[in-house]
Amino acid sequence: MADPSAAPRGYPGRLIVFEGLDGSGKSTQARLLGKWLAAKGYRVFFTEWNSSDLVSATIRRGKKQGLLTPTTFSLLHATDFADRFERQILPPLRAGYLVVCDRYSFTAFARDEARGCSPEWVRNLYQFAPRPDRTYYFRVPVAVTFRRKRASRMKISYYEAGMDLGLADNIDDSYKLFQARLKREYDRMADANGFTIIDARGSVEDIQQQLREDLRPVLEGFPTGERLQHEG
Amino acid sequence: MPDEVLSGKLIVIEGSDGSGRTTEVERLKETLEIEGHAIVDTGLRRSTLVSERIDLAKQGHTLASTTMALLYATDYADQLENKIIPSLAAGSTVLADRYIYTLMARAVVRGASRQWAQQLYGFALRPDLTIFLDARPEILLHRAISKYGSLDYWESGMDLSISPDRFESFLEYQARLRREFAWMMQAYAFVPVDANRHPDQVHQDVLKLVLPLYAPAKRRRGAGPPPSAQTGPSTASA
Repeated sequence: MADPSAAPRGYPGRLIVFEGLDGSGKSTQARLLGKWLAAKGYRVFFTEWNSSDLVSATIRRGKKQGLLTPTTFSLLHATDFADRFERQILPPLRAGYLVVCDRYSFTAFARDEARGCSPEWVRNLYQFAPRPDRTYYFRVPVAVTFRRKRASRMKISYYEAGMDLGLADNIDDSYKLFQARLKREYDRMADANGFTIIDARGSVEDIQQQLREDLRPVLEGFPTGERLQHEG
Repeated sequence: MPDEVLSGKLIVIEGSDGSGRTTEVERLKETLEIEGHAIVDTGLRRSTLVSERIDLAKQGHTLASTTMALLYATDYADQLENKIIPSLAAGSTVLADRYIYTLMARAVVRGASRQWAQQLYGFALRPDLTIFLDARPEILLHRAISKYGSLDYWESGMDLSISPDRFESFLEYQARLRREFAWMMQAYAFVPVDANRHPDQVHQDVLKLVLPLYAPAKRRRGAGPPPSAQTGPSTASA
């Protein structure tokens, strides 16, 4: 097991993280940024935190049998993240890649704390996850993400709406209340974790420009793929 | 942990494979039932939620150590909330064939910090009694070979790449676990029982430790393991 607290960055790669509510536009921006970096010749590894089969199958089963509690829910997601981290994130970082993550441990902090888990306990769980070089927090009012969600006609899932918390009987109301809690948690984390706050109401192009500009210092002196594969 | 009154007792038997742990758990259960106590048994990898997942992962050797540690913690949390706490609240004795200490020792031996492992189980329930069946690695080795004819991959710590030789790996891995248990014995006030001896002798010693728990004068229980019982996630919002 890696002990990341020992060394701030025990690998040559760089870690760029995108965080924010569903519908904040972070995934679109993360993909565009990845494209641009690859086009510039950097070795890029893109990864998103969608629930793996492990989590989705287990949660389905737990829900059916009424087994899940905030603790098991939190531990299941931590297990899933650890698997993704040990398999997909750490190896490319050690190989010197730019790793672009659509959602990182902060997603879990926000979600678990919104469900009432102790912040100290949750942070300890994720101690193995190193601090990113950049964390872009896509900040947006809940009303906006709700409109986008409704416009896309995507179904709001039970857990996405935090229905397990009993905030409201109606899934739309519960979604808004739960997402507002998540937003509060993100806002609270922003300072302590050095998030770069992106006003997600801007146009796609403007935001992408802003990200590319902001990333310049991180890329300073960072080798492109050619230099990683061939000496001299 | 919740404020409900847990009138039952939580008794944990820890020890490596070959320490006679499973045999002793069976005998203890039998004795306590004859004495009139309701026993619910529990152990690792028995949750409804994720036990099958762990079995699959073990077969394929596919999960890295942090992931495996967290998966086991999920398994424990599920059993704690859906089985251990309800059983204790109903006044049963919960008899655990291994507990979080094995999981903590395995994680630490694989490179996790003690602090991480302790905090991970910050939500756990502290047993009324934890007995550690302590046997030398050489004894464990002979018992494993005479029982199974071979050494198990995981019990030999083969995933740690200590040595390609399973015999050597087993001895070294078990020695490391034993050192970790020795440390925990102090930290968590385990009671060691010399398990290098015959099972009958072990059983007599175990009974001497367990039976006083049911003496009417001593009815106390603590909740949560050290170093702090405050670190767990609250379960209030369910």
